[in-house]
Amino acid sequence: MKDINISELERKFQEKIDKDIKIEPKDWMPDDYRQTLIRQISQHAHSEIVGMLPEGNWITRAPNLRRKAVLLAKVQDEAGHGLYLYSSVETLGANREETIDDLHSGKAKYSSIFNYPTVSWADMGAIGWLVDGAAIMNQVPLCRCSYGPYARAMVRVCKEESFHQRQGFEIMVQLAKGTPVQKEMAQDALNRFWWPSLMMFGPNDAESKHTAQSVKWKIKRHTNDELRQMFVDATVPQAELIGLTIPDKDLKFNEETGHYESGAINWDEFWEVVKGNGPCNKDRVDTRRKAKEDGMWVVEAANAYAAKRAIRKSA
Amino acid sequence: MSALFEYIIRLGDDSLILGHRMSEWCGHGPILEEDIAMTNIALDLVGQATSLLNYAGQVEGNGRDGDKLAFLRYDREYKNTLLVEQPNGDFGTTIMRQFLFDAYRKPLFEKLQNSSDKQLSAIAEKSLKETKYHLKHSSEWVIRLGDGTEESHQRIQEALNTLWRYSSELFYTDEVDATLLSQGIITDIAEIRAEWEVTVKNVFEEATLQIPSNNWKQEGGRKGMHSENMGYILAELQYMQRAYPNMEW
Repeated sequence: MKDINISELERKFQEKIDKDIKIEPKDWMPDDYRQTLIRQISQHAHSEIVGMLPEGNWITRAPNLRRKAVLLAKVQDEAGHGLYLYSSVETLGANREETIDDLHSGKAKYSSIFNYPTVSWADMGAIGWLVDGAAIMNQVPLCRCSYGPYARAMVRVCKEESFHQRQGFEIMVQLAKGTPVQKEMAQDALNRFWWPSLMMFGPNDAESKHTAQSVKWKIKRHTNDELRQMFVDATVPQAELIGLTIPDKDLKFNEETGHYESGAINWDEFWEVVKGNGPCNKDRVDTRRKAKEDGMWVVEAANAYAAKRAIRKSA
Repeated sequence: MSALFEYIIRLGDDSLILGHRMSEWCGHGPILEEDIAMTNIALDLVGQATSLLNYAGQVEGNGRDGDKLAFLRYDREYKNTLLVEQPNGDFGTTIMRQFLFDAYRKPLFEKLQNSSDKQLSAIAEKSLKETKYHLKHSSEWVIRLGDGTEESHQRIQEALNTLWRYSSELFYTDEVDATLLSQGIITDIAEIRAEWEVTVKNVFEEATLQIPSNNWKQEGGRKGMHSENMGYILAELQYMQRAYPNMEW
């Protein structure tokens, strides 16, 4: 009897999805759908928070006051994105602090792009232009994701990401038209961030274990390879426009399909970084863990003070 | 060098250097909400520094803009107080430094709103709105930490013991202030100090904190004589402009 009820619920659930009716926190949903979302949204939140570090690295060294203010505002936006994404995760019954502890223990993943170091100011440009550009490709379709709270969070996130992408490109434009040393700095950043940016879309469709189910549930609207192609098609002309060279000797435009064709991605590198062997994996996670550990006494104090106040009020 | 230029530089450098310190927290805050709050304060302070230093450049009239003043002076030419260049330490130290500063900045900007100098008055009016939030934020945290746990009480009291010696320099005056006072551009610092003392006393009382009995004072920043911290701050702040001179970013 129970089994029949479950399959009936599942049928109705899929019917809603097929009719593009949003799933809300109190609606019935299959456990796998819930777990997939908890995994995906918390990874997304972790990526925002870990992603603050490579850019935060340059705030105190930003070259002028305007760039400093813009970079501060951008990194702060990322913290804000993290905050509403963690709130979305909580609507699924997960605990924010537990998901953060999973990040610190290495159990939860985050976007592997943030495991690459930012070694020059041009990296602020490259990250905005390429990394936020890739993030937009991934996230715009998420505004139509079947889960209501995630879709709504994404609407706001995407507006801000689009500003981030533009400020990054603007940094690159400025460098590309600058002195030879600035242009070299810009090209070097593009060389280092191009391939990791392509890897941000995840493994090829044939290797992606989550894609098919996520597409059926309308958590995902496009496959990894489709999104990667959209990104390449959008970005290559931008690089040409400002006189920078995409570091891919096999890159060519296919007149028939109207798409650029990229060379082969080094997936061994991707999996090594995902496993924790990128240049900054350990530093990034250690830094986040330390922030939480160093802040424990502050949280305890705030809780103790709130408890005292509650007692005083009721007395 | 005009008294007005010197005065605006003092205000601008306080914002610039404290903004720099606050921005060091970005990505490392004790909780996400505080990371956002501290970054916001840093952003406000950098914004104030931009307005003030741009205006100082205008007053000077030698073609220096806010960026040139922020990034291309020598250490002795920075006129911020020693308080704002002190290291962040733990969250309690950062909050205490901010509180001592905010409690001075709020009455200062309130008075400067009525300055006969229109530009200064406009900057003060805009900055006051932000500073009120900063003071609310830092006071609440001083109280929470002071009246929180035994550990937090001990830490924030320790921060007060360390930073108290730098508080009197906030009220430093010399011929610069005397000149501007006579011109009606600023008001008597004594009024600002009186208000600061009331705020500090009330907040510390609620936070169950003791003002240190050691009244030893450290001053020098307003005259360009800084602590050892300043060289490191400038090494980071000026890195790009010094390493890649005369370029547009």
